[in-house]
Amino acid sequence: MTGFAVEANFALNIALLLMLLVCGVAIARTRSLMAAILLMSVYSLVSAVWLVVMDAADVAFTEAVVGAGVSTIVLLGATLLARGQTERHDWRTQIVPGIAAIGVGVLLVYAATGLPGFGDAASPANAHVGRAYLEQTAQDIGVPNMVTAVLASYRGFDTLGEAVVIFAAGIGVALLLGFGPRAQLAPLPEDLGDHHVVLRVVAKLLIPLIVLYAFYVQFHGDIGAGGGFQAGVILAVAVILHALVFGLRETMAAVPAKAARTIAALGILLYAGVGVVCIVNGGGFLDYDRLFSPRVEAMIPANLLGDPGQAHHWGQHFGIFFIELGVLLTVAATMVTIFYGFAGRVLDGEAKR
Amino acid sequence: MTVFENLYVAAPALTAQAPILVVLAPLVGACAAALAPGARTGWVISVVTTLFAVWMAMAVAGEVARHGVVQYVIGGFAPPLGIAFRIDALGAGMGLLVSTMGFLGALYSGHALVSEIDTQKHTLFQAGYLLCVAGFLGLVFTGDAFNAFVFLEVSSIGTYALVAAGEARDRRALPAAFTYLIFGTVGATFYVIGVGFLYGATGTLNMADMAARLGTLGDSSAVQAGFAFIVVGLGLKAAMFPLHGWLPGTYSTAPSLVSVFLAAVATKAAIYLMARFAFDVFPQTTTFGGLFIKDVLAPLAAAGAIICSLQAIFETEIRRMLAFSSIAQVGFILLGFSLASAAGMSAALFYMFAHALMKTALFMALGALAISLRARRLDDLAGVAREAPWSVAAFGVGAASLAGVPLTMGFLAKWRLIDAALGAGAIWIVATLAIGSLLTLVYVGRMLEAMFFRAPPAGAARAKEAPVGVLAPLWIAAGLSIWFGIDASLPEAIADAGAAALFGAAR
Repeated sequence: MTGFAVEANFALNIALLLMLLVCGVAIARTRSLMAAILLMSVYSLVSAVWLVVMDAADVAFTEAVVGAGVSTIVLLGATLLARGQTERHDWRTQIVPGIAAIGVGVLLVYAATGLPGFGDAASPANAHVGRAYLEQTAQDIGVPNMVTAVLASYRGFDTLGEAVVIFAAGIGVALLLGFGPRAQLAPLPEDLGDHHVVLRVVAKLLIPLIVLYAFYVQFHGDIGAGGGFQAGVILAVAVILHALVFGLRETMAAVPAKAARTIAALGILLYAGVGVVCIVNGGGFLDYDRLFSPRVEAMIPANLLGDPGQAHHWGQHFGIFFIELGVLLTVAATMVTIFYGFAGRVLDGEAKR
Repeated sequence: MTVFENLYVAAPALTAQAPILVVLAPLVGACAAALAPGARTGWVISVVTTLFAVWMAMAVAGEVARHGVVQYVIGGFAPPLGIAFRIDALGAGMGLLVSTMGFLGALYSGHALVSEIDTQKHTLFQAGYLLCVAGFLGLVFTGDAFNAFVFLEVSSIGTYALVAAGEARDRRALPAAFTYLIFGTVGATFYVIGVGFLYGATGTLNMADMAARLGTLGDSSAVQAGFAFIVVGLGLKAAMFPLHGWLPGTYSTAPSLVSVFLAAVATKAAIYLMARFAFDVFPQTTTFGGLFIKDVLAPLAAAGAIICSLQAIFETEIRRMLAFSSIAQVGFILLGFSLASAAGMSAALFYMFAHALMKTALFMALGALAISLRARRLDDLAGVAREAPWSVAAFGVGAASLAGVPLTMGFLAKWRLIDAALGAGAIWIVATLAIGSLLTLVYVGRMLEAMFFRAPPAGAARAKEAPVGVLAPLWIAAGLSIWFGIDASLPEAIADAGAAALFGAAR
């Protein structure tokens, strides 16, 4: 890089970090929950930009979609059930947490002094396993996006675990908020008049596009930034937008809460099922190479097979395709379940009246 | 683990896949339970999959006994590129503990849930429970530091919701679950920050590879801070004094199944991981690790053992008494751990097994009584021995083991701990154990006196004996507490082999 580019990059980093600092202080200071939630969304968006500056496009995408996007919606849904203000605590109760926070900060700075410089090619993180991924992905996996190669194949078991964490969160919300008198409510028989005509027309136009974009993100995950997690969240946003504009009852008639829970469980079963198929074919759990069995080979036209030395790439592609599909199903259905959990409490109030 | 050398419980092809099947069974079971049409089906799924996990854990234990260390590569990429389970005698022993406790809990849930949770929520509750079991099993088997974090989160996220589900019976479960969520999330975040620093310093996430690279690295500030973050994070999860604030509320208000499983397994899994890092990943030569264990961990453990025993004495609610007792017992376990020797670790492991069985019996017995009697305070349980003799007798067995009465497993556990401390010349640990045991005797005496010898208050609600479905797992736990108190060769062999896996040689 030229001297100017280095300086500009440095200034950009400082500016972004200052914005994060301002957001953080403002979140800690504000007493309005609404303001805090929106500031957290801003914080996530700035972090996403910062991650792009650090060349971590996949992480940035996830941060933007999850941190700035859907978690803001869920938190706003939660404020419907809570008072909008926080109470100020006596400063004496905050001494111990304050000391702990300062201690953690000091320790983090101390630790950072022992870490190699950012982007140092000789650092352990870039020289050891990281370098091996860079060098072997083309041979081992055969997908252009190495982040996807690591997440879906090399460390696919972690990704299964992460999907299970999402599923567990959905089970938890469904267990606590998913049941109530709302079940007796039918969708409203006729439309509410034309108060929000513009909103509804725009939503009707947008929702198919959002779904289409979700599928683009899903199926291009092994070429560019994206994958099942991001696509799942985007897909869920389409459903949530429908609920916000047309009313939760209408949406729940189309996508019942029970169906959402079922799809979430099926996604995990699909992911684990891919692993079990690998075992049945004589490999280890999630060893995608084994998905390319002679029987599968016979089904593929010979002129499509490509380099016989790289035939196992077919197995990797199949494996990544199906596990990403499992992640998509679980994440999308869980996000919808969580949204239903919060928003459904408002309907419970209606049903009681 | 010589006792398992001739343990061939499954066909070789199945045995080869046993490590992953141990974790996969409850995981798939959780999905199936979430899809199950009714409460009864959910319960059957829970029992069958946890029983399968026990079977596979036994197959793993046999393999480990024969080969020393079993490695199961996941995804076809050998570590450090890929993730692998790496199971030594310690991991195999913990796997047996977790799966057995998971099975007893599942058995118990058939009747116990009915009085505590709305029937339409049972399937989801079972799903959460199975996720929690799967998380702990993955945690004790994995050889990858980040994978351990993922499983820590799987088990934790499941538990938060399960604890909160206790609100149907006790509204205080909601704030308790929230406190647990905050503590647990801070703990998990600290752990992952620590792993991040270690990754920055070593460039690997595989524990064995990390250990090898740390050995050549010396004390860098990133490694030191990484160690500190990991230990504090796991200390929060293990309810190490003074990081135990989440535990009393959680144990005392959660549904009894959850209290049983958490008391039996949750803190132990965190202690296991801490031992893995302290004695396996970090080279023994580093000064800060040794300093930390001797000068920070041991005094805190001793303080926790004494202070929380005192708190248990002055509690009025029986489940809170047991909760404070659990923190004190974690202190005892950590004292054995802090000896940093094979004998000390073996004693700590034996103590873990004993404590898991006794607390299972105690919390299950309280759950059995809770089916018919809404009792929170100890005084409400006055004279229940006459009304529910089987449940209360099992409670008595658990309490006797807790107090360390001879012919119970608790007695041997304390004996081995004192023996190890004397062997290391740590007289102050022996003194702490003696004082702690006396204090334990006081609160156990209070409980037993109220339940067995006090007359029930006039006009109070009467307890009824629990159904067989509850008594069976309860008496398995209580019976094992006595059996292993008389013939302790099995848990002793597992504990010795586990300690040897970390320290090279047994006693």
